[in-house]
Amino acid sequence: MTVDVSKYGENRMQYVTHKKKQVNWTKRILVTVMLLYLSLFLLVPLVFIFTKAFEQGAAVYFAAITERDALSAVKLTLLVAIITVPLNTIFGVAAAWCITKFQFRGKQLLLSLIELPFAVSPVIAGLVFVLFFSPRGVLGPLLTDWGIKVIFSVPGIIIATMFVTLPFVARELIPVMQAQGSAEEEAAISLGANGWQMFFRVTLPTIKWGLLYGMILCNARAIGEFGAVSVVSGRIRGMTNTMPLHVEILYNEYQFSAAFAFASLMSLLAFLTLIVKSWIEWRTEKEQQV
Amino acid sequence: MSIEICNVTKHYGSFQALTDINLTIPKGELVALLGPSGSGKTTLLRIIAGLESIEEGGILFDGKDLSEVHVNQRDVGFVFQHYALFKHMTVFDNIAFGLNIRKKRLRPSKKEIEQKVNELLDLVKLSGFAHRYPTQLSGGQRQRVALARALAVEPKILLLDEPFGALDAKVRKELRRWLRKLHNEIHVTSVFVTHDQEEALDVADRIVIMNKGKIEQLGTPSEVYDKPASPFVYDFLGNVNLFHGRLHKGKLDLGSATFDAPDHLHANDKEAIGYVRPHHLTIEREKQSEEAIAAKISFMHSIGPTWHIEMKREDSEAYVEVELSKEDYAQLQLKVGEVVYVSPKEVKVFIPEDFVI
Amino acid sequence: MKKKHKKRNILPGFGLSMGITTLYISLFILIPLSMVFIESSKLGWSEFWQVVTNERMMHAYKISFATSFAAALLNGIFGFIIAWVLVRYRFPGKRLIDGLIDLPFALPTAVAGIALTTLYAQDGWLGQYFMAIGIKISFTPLGIMIALMFIGLPFVVRMVQPVLENLEREVEEAASSLGATKQQTFLKVIFPEVLPALLAGFSLAFARGLGEYGSVVFIAGNMPMKTEIAPLMIMTKLEQFDYAGATAIAVVMLLVSFICLIFINLLQKWSRKHELQDE
Repeated sequence: MTVDVSKYGENRMQYVTHKKKQVNWTKRILVTVMLLYLSLFLLVPLVFIFTKAFEQGAAVYFAAITERDALSAVKLTLLVAIITVPLNTIFGVAAAWCITKFQFRGKQLLLSLIELPFAVSPVIAGLVFVLFFSPRGVLGPLLTDWGIKVIFSVPGIIIATMFVTLPFVARELIPVMQAQGSAEEEAAISLGANGWQMFFRVTLPTIKWGLLYGMILCNARAIGEFGAVSVVSGRIRGMTNTMPLHVEILYNEYQFSAAFAFASLMSLLAFLTLIVKSWIEWRTEKEQQV
Repeated sequence: MSIEICNVTKHYGSFQALTDINLTIPKGELVALLGPSGSGKTTLLRIIAGLESIEEGGILFDGKDLSEVHVNQRDVGFVFQHYALFKHMTVFDNIAFGLNIRKKRLRPSKKEIEQKVNELLDLVKLSGFAHRYPTQLSGGQRQRVALARALAVEPKILLLDEPFGALDAKVRKELRRWLRKLHNEIHVTSVFVTHDQEEALDVADRIVIMNKGKIEQLGTPSEVYDKPASPFVYDFLGNVNLFHGRLHKGKLDLGSATFDAPDHLHANDKEAIGYVRPHHLTIEREKQSEEAIAAKISFMHSIGPTWHIEMKREDSEAYVEVELSKEDYAQLQLKVGEVVYVSPKEVKVFIPEDFVI
Repeated sequence: MKKKHKKRNILPGFGLSMGITTLYISLFILIPLSMVFIESSKLGWSEFWQVVTNERMMHAYKISFATSFAAALLNGIFGFIIAWVLVRYRFPGKRLIDGLIDLPFALPTAVAGIALTTLYAQDGWLGQYFMAIGIKISFTPLGIMIALMFIGLPFVVRMVQPVLENLEREVEEAASSLGATKQQTFLKVIFPEVLPALLAGFSLAFARGLGEYGSVVFIAGNMPMKTEIAPLMIMTKLEQFDYAGATAIAVVMLLVSFICLIFINLLQKWSRKHELQDE
């Protein structure tokens, strides 16, 4: 059989141009469906928050976010995040280290336990600490004797937030460290490094993006946690009100502009989180391509 | 430094990785651990390094028991299979790592470290690459950085895990020769793991052939290649033809032919197998001895200077492969479909049950 | 010479890391959660049963289950489409949309709650159009479902997306070279591969929906026997200082969460079984 090469080439050209003309309807429909769905659920609400926030002008907006109770809510939320994120980072690194670098019994169970806070309703998370620390709870009488207040005060908010955000760092680090393997650490050890030298000079630089990613997510949740904090805080204005709780109070008092002004502030934080997150993803993707 | 491995055993769960290994590696030698995957060779190397703990037995360096000594105190240089270079550090920092992390009192000055690293970069022929990152290097260059990094701490023993495994054929051959030369210069006791018999035969002073967690044979390249101690070694080091027959008082009876088996003068009517390498078979047109077996040529092809002749035995349908030089092939003028007689120049007969555990 | 050696780890830090991990887990997870079971045992069995099965409670379970299930199902369908579009097609603004998917993870639930409530209210931006065709969203179970769809979307997309990305193009090419049509390739080659991840994403979204409080509490309107959800019932009992009652409901919800968790674990095991074992 002989093949006329020139003719084959011609056919091919035809085929290509034919394909170009043809509209990919599946793609069009699916992309449209996606855009509609995302607009309805993500984009419109987002735009709405900012429109509503500035409905009564910039003056009202700035008054709402600089008011005394608002500022104290911001301060408390930042305090919670500053304490929670580093503590949970330590946990995340430790958990990821022992799970990915060693073999031991009950590893699967440990993994499930780490994920548990994701499966538990935030309201229950708040409830368990009320059962524990409230005056009628297990440690209540003891704490009352010592004059320590946990529930309806700042420590309770921090503890409940820690419970809810516990898995974030570990969850991001475990797959990263699993993919990394142990060879680099073994190389460092075989060259005479001790444990801390190995960790700070070899492990930390290789997991830094995954670690940052986990911390960002942990931080976002710590700032935005509502259910658990709502149970333990007691919502005392200017004292135990976090940012999300402040939004709730304003909303329930029909101060809609103020509520949305404050909500827009938190949306900006969420945006920042998404940007940093995308940036990290972009960086790691680039690193992997090299 | 010499290495002694005494009665070492290792399990992973129910899998027996190493069974009662005994091995002595003299000072200054370059030794290859050769075997198929799963033979335990990498496990043994990691045990020598201290990267794997042992359950039983001992590891002695110069007669000193180091079984309980941690890897960072053993003075070994380990080159990892996939190099395990620190990706976030430059080539320079990678090589200097082992020196930089020493306690202040033992650490050389900055200048000395720089000098040392530059020397090593010269040695591995990467002088201009000090400030590159590992991702900017080729596979062969990474391999040499890994080696320089291991040598920087002046190890008493150098261990290499599949050092050329991830490289392409040409680079591999170059690096192999270079490693041989390097070893002649620095003369540190070295052990490397490989699954490539050619690599082991080419580079090593001595080869340890491993299979299923045991040592099959230990010897110089020519010893293991010319005098395989077991059917496994015969099979693993190059191609081999098997001739099944019955052994009786120094003769292997194949039915249509008989091979001499002087190693087994006292065997009495036992099943046995004769092992013959393809280049140890000759081809003749006539049956000239009782060792000759009739076979029909089914396929012929050449690879470089040798011709491979595939044929089917007339008596048993079994395949036989013969290797001929170009000259011999030209002289014989063989044709596909022709019936010829093959006879062995050299045979090694093994009785299977001796090698069944 | 025959010597026995103790098992020893080569890399350092096992004791320290294991110690920290178990300390945190005991202090923050195990001990607090066990409190729920201890506290609820203070109620007698019949009293417990009465609390968790009274009519108002049963209605709350129904609402919680129905809305979570519907939301997870819709997210399963649309989440799959979104993951598919993001992996398979190129179009302007793809990166932006990909980043936006995680908005429900990053946005505080209370913020999402008030935004969706006002948006879908009778006179809201979107609610007015639905009202025109006679559909009321805010302060109805439909509203709860909308909030849960918002919360659950990223779970499905982020579970399915990596699996679609890792699908080997060659497998599809092999299928079509063997004569399969596009539909057959999708149904018989691609979909079975993605199914475990899709189900896992569905269950995660469902489990999250059952427990969700912040975004739902605003849009639900919280009318007894109509739009009360299970987590809200815990809240109500707590506000009345009925700790035992709150705990009893928590026990039921925790058991359901555990079942979801076990189901997800099984799914992941199942999908791992499909992977080829590397040597």
